[in-house]
Amino acid sequence: MEQQIIKVKNKKGVRVIPGFGLSLGVTLFMLGILILIPLAAIFISASQLSFQEFVSVITSRQIVSGYVVSLSCAFFAALINAVFGLMLAWVLVRYQFPGMRLMDGLIELPFALPTAVAGISLTYLYSDKGWIGSFFDKAGIKIAYTRIGITLAMVFVGIPFVVRAVQPVLEKLDRQYEEAAMMLGASKTYTFFRVILPELFPALLAGFGLAFARGIGEYGSVVFIAGNIPYKTQIAPLLIISKLEQYKYGDATAIALVLLLISFSLMLLINSLQIYMQKFSRA
Amino acid sequence: MYVEMKQINKTFDGFRASNNVSFGVEKGCLAALLGPSGSGKTTILRMIAGLDKPDSGDVIINKQKVNGIPGNKRGVGFVFQNYALFRYMTVADNIAFGLEVQKKSKAEIRNRVDELLRLISMEELGSRYPHQLSGGQRQRVAFARALAPNPQLLLLDEPFAAIDAKVRRELRVWLKGMIEMVGITSIFVTHDQEEAMEVADTVIITNQGNVEQIGTPEEICMHPQTEFVADFIDITRCEAIIAAR
Amino acid sequence: MKEKKRNYDQDVVGDGINSIQKVLEPADRDSNNIVKYALISICVLFLFVMLVVPLAVVIVNALKDGWTVYRRAVLDEYTIKALQLTLLATAAAVVVNTIFGIFASFLLSKFYFKGRQLLATLIDIPFSISPVIAGLVFILTFGNIGWMGNFLRNYGIKIVFAVPGIILATIFVTFPFVFRELFPVMNAQGKDEEEAAALMGAGGFTIFRRITFPHIKWALLYGIILCAARAMGEFGAVSVISGHLRGKTNTLPLHVEILYNEFNTTEAFAVSSILVILAVLILIAKNFVEWKKK
Repeated sequence: MEQQIIKVKNKKGVRVIPGFGLSLGVTLFMLGILILIPLAAIFISASQLSFQEFVSVITSRQIVSGYVVSLSCAFFAALINAVFGLMLAWVLVRYQFPGMRLMDGLIELPFALPTAVAGISLTYLYSDKGWIGSFFDKAGIKIAYTRIGITLAMVFVGIPFVVRAVQPVLEKLDRQYEEAAMMLGASKTYTFFRVILPELFPALLAGFGLAFARGIGEYGSVVFIAGNIPYKTQIAPLLIISKLEQYKYGDATAIALVLLLISFSLMLLINSLQIYMQKFSRA
Repeated sequence: MYVEMKQINKTFDGFRASNNVSFGVEKGCLAALLGPSGSGKTTILRMIAGLDKPDSGDVIINKQKVNGIPGNKRGVGFVFQNYALFRYMTVADNIAFGLEVQKKSKAEIRNRVDELLRLISMEELGSRYPHQLSGGQRQRVAFARALAPNPQLLLLDEPFAAIDAKVRRELRVWLKGMIEMVGITSIFVTHDQEEAMEVADTVIITNQGNVEQIGTPEEICMHPQTEFVADFIDITRCEAIIAAR
Repeated sequence: MKEKKRNYDQDVVGDGINSIQKVLEPADRDSNNIVKYALISICVLFLFVMLVVPLAVVIVNALKDGWTVYRRAVLDEYTIKALQLTLLATAAAVVVNTIFGIFASFLLSKFYFKGRQLLATLIDIPFSISPVIAGLVFILTFGNIGWMGNFLRNYGIKIVFAVPGIILATIFVTFPFVFRELFPVMNAQGKDEEEAAALMGAGGFTIFRRITFPHIKWALLYGIILCAARAMGEFGAVSVISGHLRGKTNTLPLHVEILYNEFNTTEAFAVSSILVILAVLILIAKNFVEWKKK
């Protein structure tokens, strides 16, 4: 009888599984000490700058050009990844062909390969003496030490994001929608753009956002191929490091704070868009 | 015969879905494919639509062999079991889809969509999205969408399966009335004999990939030709339903 | 037989994967095959140029000056020390983040409390932060100018430009990895089984070991592999905080950078090849676990 009463209580929201306090304690402690407290240092350090100092740092020509380079290259890289990622996901889900497993396994290489290794390898490959770079050099196109090179390195690190975001959604997508479009007379191409693409869009957007954010913050794979020519190919994370090397901690903090705000607002934007899109899913 | 299946065979991974299936449906007729789950009725419907391809045999629509014509060019309307409404499109855009594909003029599309919305008594709901509709409303939209391009044949896969038992009968009567009003040849799949007997003019009974019997509800009920049909049909219930028609 | 039956005529039409392909008639199939092979070719070419060729560059350049040069670069004292430090930081990150991942995903999937959503968002922060910033925050906390700097100096503890800083930075950037893999699995599993066990009087540890753990073991392994991969290759964060002291605070990726900047290209690629081999092993392990998970 005692047991019975306890059971009824449970349904009303009393926690029966032991370990809530311990789990909460460990989680908050570790999160606090390893992530939140260190992160707070940025805000503490930034608060020591006067507003004018802060503005003058982040509006200086070099810093602005750093943001522009990072953001524009990351944007184009994410766009390229959205196109190829969608294509890769489609090919991997919808077609059967030899080597498919290998192709699927290869997608995560940019996650597994240290960025510095990717960086020097891409630089070598696309410099004017490299296997691919020399080819383009003859056509008068320089890749390494230009924004094209930076974009290329960002494409490399961003490959897995879109593929892995779109792939599971495409796998689960009910064939009925395509069949319905077909029965209404639509061609395969028309069906893809009008019916399938909207279904994939939230996932595509999430993958794009992650690749974009990764590109903005990326350092290791980009710094070698960028060549770090002031006002031309200096990325924002590199500027933080060069300020640190000059012991200008305040400047470094200011640059970092803006970069943080950019990534957070990007994530927020994408999350809210996704929540909005979720409204359309069937009840 | 408007629709004819001639000696159709179809195998999925060694499973016989259709075993020498032959039957015909007259123009203007409302036919039901009735059988237990796994009896091959949906496969037959999908082969008429062009969504599946028979291994052998001919599918004939309006005296033309359509085996070589893909589904999007057969001019057949299809209502899916879960309706498959496009969720990012409004009700009006869903209905307009088949017309846009045909590159009809904007004015023409608008007129046709308005006409169909009126037909399904949803004039006010054209700008809603599918997730804002009830099950019955979704079915009506799916019906209107399938009719929009003016098909000569309408196929419906378990059209009432996703609907509440309470409103199912009401919708049945509505759909039958609509189909008779539009005058379109229609074939629907169901596992519910009550549904088949009440709605259809012709009932085709399938079992394990075979067609067991074709006939009017009365014929099926009074003169079952195979042991399976005799066993499958609940005669007293069906007589009552037929009497009430 | 039952499986196949479900596939062909059913009350839920979610049909055979190739139903659309099957419908198509010769003319259509030809044009579809053109599309299919065109898309496959583009994808193969893209992955080949973007992923395979860069790997090949590393291997070819590492062996360019012959086996002896390669051996010397790989067995160099500083390389070995850097490898040791990399493995140490990776092990630390894996241990810490596994403990955190287990507790945090247990907490967020088995209990409901206010602020759950916020907590999940906070855990994901390191994902959206530049690794350079991850390094910076530790300098700002523990460095000379940091708010804990004085305190640490008085006790003679060195974190920045020392091994503890490298470990902390590595933990920071890989923090959500294990959690991210565990949480969806635990969440999908629900909490009925745990509640049933608790009502029968099982303790917290027993419940975890006997009920929760069997469901998550492959996901856990998967998370650990991803965490290790990222920890091993971390560059930006570590680069900021290490001070680049050879033999002391150099990880393998940093060692690659130094060699490269000193124009010892062959050695840089030789050391890189160790990391490439590790990356390929990780990929193989990852795919194996993924296959096992199914």
